[in-house]
Amino acid sequence: MAADAPSNPTAGPSTLRRLLDGDVWHSFRSSPVAMLAALIALVCFVCALFAEVVAPHNPFDLATLELLDSLKPPSWVDGGEPKYLLGTDGQGRDILSALMYGARISLLVGIASVLLSLLIGVSLGLLAGFVGGRTDAVIMRICDVMLSFPSILVALMISGVGRSLFPHAPDMLALVVLVLAIALTGWVQYARTVRGSTLVERNKEYVQAARVIGVGPLRIMRRHVLPNVLGPVLVLATIQIASAIITEATLSFLGVGVPATSPSLGTLIRNGNDYLFSGEWWITAWPSLTLVLITLSVNLLGDWLRDALNPRLR
Amino acid sequence: MLVFILRRLVQALVVMLSVAFIAFMLFQYVGDPVTNLLGQDATEEQRTALRKDLGLDRPFPVQFAHFATNAAQGEFGISLRQGRKVSALIVERFPATLELALVAGLIALGLGIPLGVYAALRRGKASAQLLMTGTLFGVSLPNFVIGIVLIWVFAVELKWLPSFGRGEVVTFGAWTSGLLTRDGLLHLILPAFTLSAFQLTLIMRLVRAEMLEVLRTDYIRFARARGLTDRSVYFGHALKNTLVPVITITGLQLGSLIAFAIITEQVFQWPGMGLLFIQAVQFADIPVMAAYLCLISLIFVVINLGVDLLYFAVDPRLRVEGKAH
Amino acid sequence: MTAPLLEVSHLRVEFPTRRGTLLALDDISFSIAPGEILGVVGESGAGKSLTGAAIIGLLDPPGRIAAGEIRLAGRRIDNLPYEQLRRIRGREIGAVFQDPLTSLNPLYTVGRQLVETITTHLDLTASQARARAIELLAATGIPAPEARVDHFPHQFSGGMRQRVVIALALAANPKLIVADEPTTALDVSIQAQIITLLKKICREQGAAVMLVTHDMGVIAETCDRVAVMYAGRVAEIGPVADVIHRPAHPYTVGLMGSIPAMDEDRERLLQIDGAMPRLTAIPPGCAFNPRCPRVVERCRAERPELAQVGATNAACWRPVTVEAVR
Repeated sequence: MAADAPSNPTAGPSTLRRLLDGDVWHSFRSSPVAMLAALIALVCFVCALFAEVVAPHNPFDLATLELLDSLKPPSWVDGGEPKYLLGTDGQGRDILSALMYGARISLLVGIASVLLSLLIGVSLGLLAGFVGGRTDAVIMRICDVMLSFPSILVALMISGVGRSLFPHAPDMLALVVLVLAIALTGWVQYARTVRGSTLVERNKEYVQAARVIGVGPLRIMRRHVLPNVLGPVLVLATIQIASAIITEATLSFLGVGVPATSPSLGTLIRNGNDYLFSGEWWITAWPSLTLVLITLSVNLLGDWLRDALNPRLR
Repeated sequence: MLVFILRRLVQALVVMLSVAFIAFMLFQYVGDPVTNLLGQDATEEQRTALRKDLGLDRPFPVQFAHFATNAAQGEFGISLRQGRKVSALIVERFPATLELALVAGLIALGLGIPLGVYAALRRGKASAQLLMTGTLFGVSLPNFVIGIVLIWVFAVELKWLPSFGRGEVVTFGAWTSGLLTRDGLLHLILPAFTLSAFQLTLIMRLVRAEMLEVLRTDYIRFARARGLTDRSVYFGHALKNTLVPVITITGLQLGSLIAFAIITEQVFQWPGMGLLFIQAVQFADIPVMAAYLCLISLIFVVINLGVDLLYFAVDPRLRVEGKAH
Repeated sequence: MTAPLLEVSHLRVEFPTRRGTLLALDDISFSIAPGEILGVVGESGAGKSLTGAAIIGLLDPPGRIAAGEIRLAGRRIDNLPYEQLRRIRGREIGAVFQDPLTSLNPLYTVGRQLVETITTHLDLTASQARARAIELLAATGIPAPEARVDHFPHQFSGGMRQRVVIALALAANPKLIVADEPTTALDVSIQAQIITLLKKICREQGAAVMLVTHDMGVIAETCDRVAVMYAGRVAEIGPVADVIHRPAHPYTVGLMGSIPAMDEDRERLLQIDGAMPRLTAIPPGCAFNPRCPRVVERCRAERPELAQVGATNAACWRPVTVEAVR
């Protein structure tokens, strides 16, 4: 019994494949909400990814901007033009195109920070669970302290410190700091989950057997622990993408997020806010709507994924 | 129980010291501490004097101790952006944020608990499903989007409520309150509801989940088997048991509210600590950032302690030390 | 012959599920005379607890009574509206559940829970109710009741807690107690005490008891009559001594035979081959037929009704009529 678990080369991926092939896919097909959410998320993702191709205009190409076309309402309102489907902003930029480019930045930062978060969290969790002892205690204490602080504060502090340290930073660096800031707000959940699973697996007999034979800890962690935590980590990651996107949007709205040259949805909302009182509601409305659609669909997917992967509900 | 309190106090002290340490690092190594303390218009003599005074050539622990004692007295130097003492700025802005956070918290509790109970008791009915779907929106909508929508509906279109600033305030000594004037209250409405939205949905979901758990317990079944009225069962037994764990979470939420006020204050240009902090971050105004960090940590630590003590008061299992016999 | 206190006739309890309707109780009939102690014994899943739940009216949804009648002192109670059923609970039928640890609300004192129950059903002032609460605690053998009435549940040990539960069940002076495995969660040494208490106090108050358990020893000590349940049906019912010493249904025979005796010299424990069928897979005819050593063709085709065999009633086409098994 102990012999075939570690030596079975497909122990890891087959778990994942089994999940995807069986109940999960069936659950997906039978949930109209999940399918709709996935569709919306997919559309947003594709538009964002292929913004250059899909967008009708390029809002960053100053040559194509016509100041005369600024502040045009959406095409179905009086005064609007079909050329600018959702209207234009104060500089004559097409809102629909700006949306796509903006969504791209938002998604990029969101996904990048979640990946980084995952990396940090899973590594620390594995470390804490496997090594145990003082390392474990220290890491867990850091987790506790970090959890008691609201994420926005952590992100703001790191952002603020980054600005002071590198006051004239190039855009790339600013983006990196931003991604780091958001990543550091979300890693704790992964660390905890992975640590829990590691502790459980570590005590199992086949792991102990592997250690006796001399299999290195890294290999054990990779082969045995990781496949088991993949499910919950996946659910966490999906839900975290939504919150990462919101955090980035918030930071950008506050003026301390993405640099002005690569505006995200948050930046667009911030800029549009100034026109709210003068009646040009569309400049802030469309980016807000897009942001909400993206986060809502990702949240729904995350919710559905959690239910689908929950053995108790099957 | 005394042992418990002592232990928590020690923990609190450790946390505060660590936070002070981080603030200290910010002060010393990010930007120039002398400028941080004196402002940018200080003369060369003032700088040299301060450098000696600060003992910047002294060993690290001494400098830290100096900083910590100053911090404990609220002395954080001069704001780089405004040129005024940080402590004065904070004192000026604190009431605005506190009032906003408290009112938002009351709204979140006052609406969240009843709605959560309703959603649990009427589980499966359309109204309850609708409420739960609503909470999904509450979690997915960022704070500032809610604020913008509310501004647009109530301030721009309907023109019922103001959307900027605090309105008329009344001053008592160091405290300024907007709660006592009609104008102040009107100005408080939109920001308070915006700030409370996230907590509201959180509390609602929590209360509903807890209540459903409690309704499945044996003691509720036994209470029904004894023929107690529905009112007794739901509001006498189930509700009380539901609220005990809810208390911890909501207590901690107050601290979270103060932090999230940052965003709301920006949307509504509410003159509180949050707005001050944002401006500090934009400007890299280290003294203000450090001061805000320490203050927020203090608030969190105090709230945590308070919630722990509250638990003692509410759950009898924690109180009595004697053995069961 | 006095009129029965509780009469259950042809009770059917169903659970509609997405995969079809599960029949959990199939045509159960029995009665309990005033002051009598009826034991209900059977394996896990046989339906004993469900019967108790149906009688109190606390079937967990989606379970529901699909057919049959339950009469308390001649009056039908299974079809009553919620409010009337609520008044019966506690006042005329009391309940004792299995786990004393979780039966009591940890946040309220024992006294408050008692007083609440008393004032819900009886017209007493607060101080009268409190006095009665102390009386009840004393009657259930709790020392220093005046002090302990203000203690919280976690301050009582397991056995003491179950005494409190019994006090609560008897608070409004019901005529029938449904006790669902009242001693299973307790230490063996405490079990005997609780059972003795239950028996004594019910005799004193003149309450009848429906004692649900899987422990034949408890049944033998305590009950006047016993009903043996199998797969949601009553296999045999009769006076306790007769069911134990002269069982007629082959299942009961097997049950009695599997209890090890102190005076026998045996190398292996006897058991009945096979297992009780799941609710979804109950065979046609007699539910016991796949495991029965006395099975005939008729058993597989027709379901037997309860019929008198010697001193007991058994639902069997070929009951055992030979003299004592033990």
